[in-house]
Amino acid sequence: MSYFGIVVTYIFISNMILTQFLGLCPFIGVSKNVESAMGMGLAVTFVMSIASLVTWALYHLILMPLGLDYLQTIVFILTIASLVQLVEMVVQKYSPVLYKALGIYLPLITTNCAVMGIALINVKSGYNVLESFTAGFAAGLGFLLAILLMSAIRVQMETERVPRFLKGAPIAFISGGLMAMAFMAFDNALLNNLVG
Amino acid sequence: MDVILRIFWGFLSTVLFGGLLGLGLAVASRKLKVEKDETVEALDGALPGLNCGACGYAGCGGYAEALAAGKDDDLTKCKPGGADTLAGIGKILGVEVDTDAVRMVAYVHCIGKEGIASRSYNYSGLQDCNAATVLFNGDKDCKYGCLGLGSCINVCPTNAISKTGDGLVVVHADLCISCGKCVDICPTGVMRMIPEDADFVVACNSRDKGKVTKGNCKVGCIACKICEKKFPEAGYKIQDNLSILGYDNRGPGRADAVEKCPVKCIIPYKEVKVRKASNAG
Repeated sequence: MSYFGIVVTYIFISNMILTQFLGLCPFIGVSKNVESAMGMGLAVTFVMSIASLVTWALYHLILMPLGLDYLQTIVFILTIASLVQLVEMVVQKYSPVLYKALGIYLPLITTNCAVMGIALINVKSGYNVLESFTAGFAAGLGFLLAILLMSAIRVQMETERVPRFLKGAPIAFISGGLMAMAFMAFDNALLNNLVG
Repeated sequence: MDVILRIFWGFLSTVLFGGLLGLGLAVASRKLKVEKDETVEALDGALPGLNCGACGYAGCGGYAEALAAGKDDDLTKCKPGGADTLAGIGKILGVEVDTDAVRMVAYVHCIGKEGIASRSYNYSGLQDCNAATVLFNGDKDCKYGCLGLGSCINVCPTNAISKTGDGLVVVHADLCISCGKCVDICPTGVMRMIPEDADFVVACNSRDKGKVTKGNCKVGCIACKICEKKFPEAGYKIQDNLSILGYDNRGPGRADAVEKCPVKCIIPYKEVKVRKASNAG
């Protein structure tokens, strides 16, 4: 698949949140206002891109040659968790400003299943290193797009009359479901028309 | 044999890999250590670490930073920590603090249990007060009472609230950390904060006129004004057809009013506590 195809696929057609339903916790938890959604989205994009590279290298250079590819899930969990920790430390040391901006969102990504998801999808799809990185980056952008749209909706919802028992997370989940239905308009036929 | 070997290698390599990563992180955390502000760390230690958000910040860390930076000069925002935390913060920041303030606890101002307060219909939906409120403001005829479905139980961070089995909920005062979350979530406003050392409580929240209240609930405050008029020093005040008991000036006659109340909705708080204890078991 062309790189353009990968980008379109992971932003629109196989959107991590709205089509694959991965990473719903930050999607609901951190979308109350636009700034925090932006911070979370950028942090996830950053981590997904790096995690895609690292897990690709790990799988193809270590696990596959040793015949240990059945350990991919647990090894990827360990890798991603440590990677996020390391990234947090590095950012705290060398860029306190960025650290302040990312705040609590960075450690939250440790347990974000979307990062894990893209790592496993990369392996399953047999991408090469650059394709993996592209897929990770595009999936991050897809996450950013979804969470930004969601935060815009939720900011608007603050001023709307919502039944009290639906306030907060329940109405957010309902809106998320409606958004997911809208995203079903993007499918592979669209991609084929685009790429030809 | 092959399978066992496979499991063994898988186990060994995962342990090795995990250990390697852990070691790497340990080394990295040494090398990349950032000096933290000592005041912030000390304050963080003094705060209870509940991260309940009662202070208005996302967690204890946020409050500690705001205090250390001088952005916030109100030291009493940590209600759950109580006097100990307040004293600790004051010591670190070198500020005189008054730790004698009485702890506030939530209290359900309603004793209209099953059979005492009438119901207008049988509610059989989501077991949540806020959901029930959507249908004619709940299934009780009295729109101010405790619906007993326990929205407050779900938000309480310390499990201090429980159902009594007769259609009401009670707050266990010793577990309450006065974060006020239950007060915010309660749709009828029947939960209000009272001082922990309260002597008596008016266990009713009905703002209806006396006649209406009487029709709805056998123990509702009918605003007869006996407590207010007969014991003017005692601190009872009728507001919106409801007797409100003040706790600042406890004049004579507070106990006598309990006897004189025709519907017996003024009750000693101590008795309530005993009732709670027997229900807790």
